[in-house]
Amino acid sequence: MSGVRRFPFWSWVWFALGVLYFVLPLYATLDFSLRMERGAIGFKAYQAAFAATSYGGFWPAFSLSLQYAVLTIIASIILVVPTAYWIRLRVPQARRVVEFITLMPFVVPAIILVFGLIRVYSQPFNIPFTSIPLIGSLTNSPWGTGILMVAGYMILGLPYMFRSVDTGMRTVDVRTLTEAAQSLGANWFTIMVRVILPNVRTALLSGALLTFAIVIGEVVLASYLGINSFGPYLFLVGQHRAYEPAALTFLTFLLTWVAMGLIQLITGGQGQAAGAH
Amino acid sequence: MTEITVMGARAKLPAPSWRTWLGVVPFFLFAILFLFLPSGRLLVGSFFDDQGHLSFGNILELVEQPYILNSYWLSIRISAVTALGGGVFGFLLAYAVTIGGLPRSLRTALITFSGVASNFAGVPLAFAFVATLGRTGFITALLKTYFGWNVYDRGFSLYSFAGLALTYMYFQFPLMVLIMAPALDGLKREWREAAENLGASTTQYWLKIALPILLPSILGSMILLFGNAFGAYATAYALTGGTLPIITIQIGAQIRGDVLHNPGLGYAMAMGMVFIMAVSLAGYSWLQGRTERWLR
Repeated sequence: MSGVRRFPFWSWVWFALGVLYFVLPLYATLDFSLRMERGAIGFKAYQAAFAATSYGGFWPAFSLSLQYAVLTIIASIILVVPTAYWIRLRVPQARRVVEFITLMPFVVPAIILVFGLIRVYSQPFNIPFTSIPLIGSLTNSPWGTGILMVAGYMILGLPYMFRSVDTGMRTVDVRTLTEAAQSLGANWFTIMVRVILPNVRTALLSGALLTFAIVIGEVVLASYLGINSFGPYLFLVGQHRAYEPAALTFLTFLLTWVAMGLIQLITGGQGQAAGAH
Repeated sequence: MTEITVMGARAKLPAPSWRTWLGVVPFFLFAILFLFLPSGRLLVGSFFDDQGHLSFGNILELVEQPYILNSYWLSIRISAVTALGGGVFGFLLAYAVTIGGLPRSLRTALITFSGVASNFAGVPLAFAFVATLGRTGFITALLKTYFGWNVYDRGFSLYSFAGLALTYMYFQFPLMVLIMAPALDGLKREWREAAENLGASTTQYWLKIALPILLPSILGSMILLFGNAFGAYATAYALTGGTLPIITIQIGAQIRGDVLHNPGLGYAMAMGMVFIMAVSLAGYSWLQGRTERWLR
């Protein structure tokens, strides 16, 4: 970059185009959602959307999605943190294959995953090579479907959760921390909960928020497993209503925005990209 | 790629005992139960005909049935178009906020927004575009009022290939921005200075130095975008209600009820998709590896 730089005309042009592409659909949605009352601007669509009772109602669907998000985040942390820790500490040989597995959701998208899950778990599961049933059909019980939902979401969130946690552990010296804790007489559980977890909390939070963004509006797993969570609910309302779905769409965007904004804030700009829609 | 040095140093240590491996067993067990078993079931199922005999018939039928072939082709076209469009536009945007001379604050804003937009997909995205470019959408109305253009009279429809492509672009180019921004940061100032000292023009610098270095990264990222669009289902379904038969929508129909009247063919259709996704991910990581030699 020699001398005085010219005014970066083209950069501004690209930037302006990008901003337009980002903003116009959101503005259009907001604008539309405020026009439910003829000739007036107001929040009627939002009130109607929250008060809706058809198709199971907004709040039950939304709180169901929230529950799945929370359960998925907790289960992911329990699965991923000890695994990432152990790989870093004792079995670096396992790193390549674990990393490979965490990338699998980019190869097996949600629609394929749910296809396979339904085919495998709609039948009773026998002990291999025998006909002795181990567990019944998971898709037939609410409990079993819940397990499949959470497990499926854990798989979909795995790339982000694992990478987040693994990067977090790279910045703290887990080996020294572990040795220090051990010399003070801590057991594995104490080390995990009181030493490792607090030290990777930023990474956990960013992984958790990404998982939240994936789960909250997810529709593929939920609709094929027959769960009336927020994604399928929004889809149904969209088939029959005009203004309420626009209001809910705008709110979904705000939620995603909050989650991503928080990630940006806590990681100082090192947030990650998701993908696989 | 700092891992390589770490692993190299540890490789001298004795192999861990089987007890040490127990620590990663829960993870592998989870992956087997909820990832490999389901996809393995589809893979195995695609090699059996509807009488339960081992056969390659399903795989052959994939390329023989125009119904399936067209769906793959449609998916491939929409993914390629949005990967190319999103890739080029995303690259230009990433360029603008990294080395393009825009204020630093705009970069933070764009990266955050890209993070949001690349995660904003599925049903809400489809609805947002209906409000924008649908028959009574904001832009549609704007063009009609101020320019007298009714885009729907001129052959445009949001519920068509072009409309779906425009919608996919909303999560495609932000993903490109997120991947390319760090790569553009990796271009060293010294390379540019050296080129300028030797009398190279800006065009020469870009054509002979910057682009060759960045090319594997650009291509790799576009392949990633391709896979990103190829696996998308909810956006297309919510937007077109299944009238645009991309491959994910056909697979969805096959899950709901055996529309092909041959479960094995359904599995094969799913596996064909996994195969394409796997090839694109492999291409991405190979090209990414080539760039990392230069951009660290």
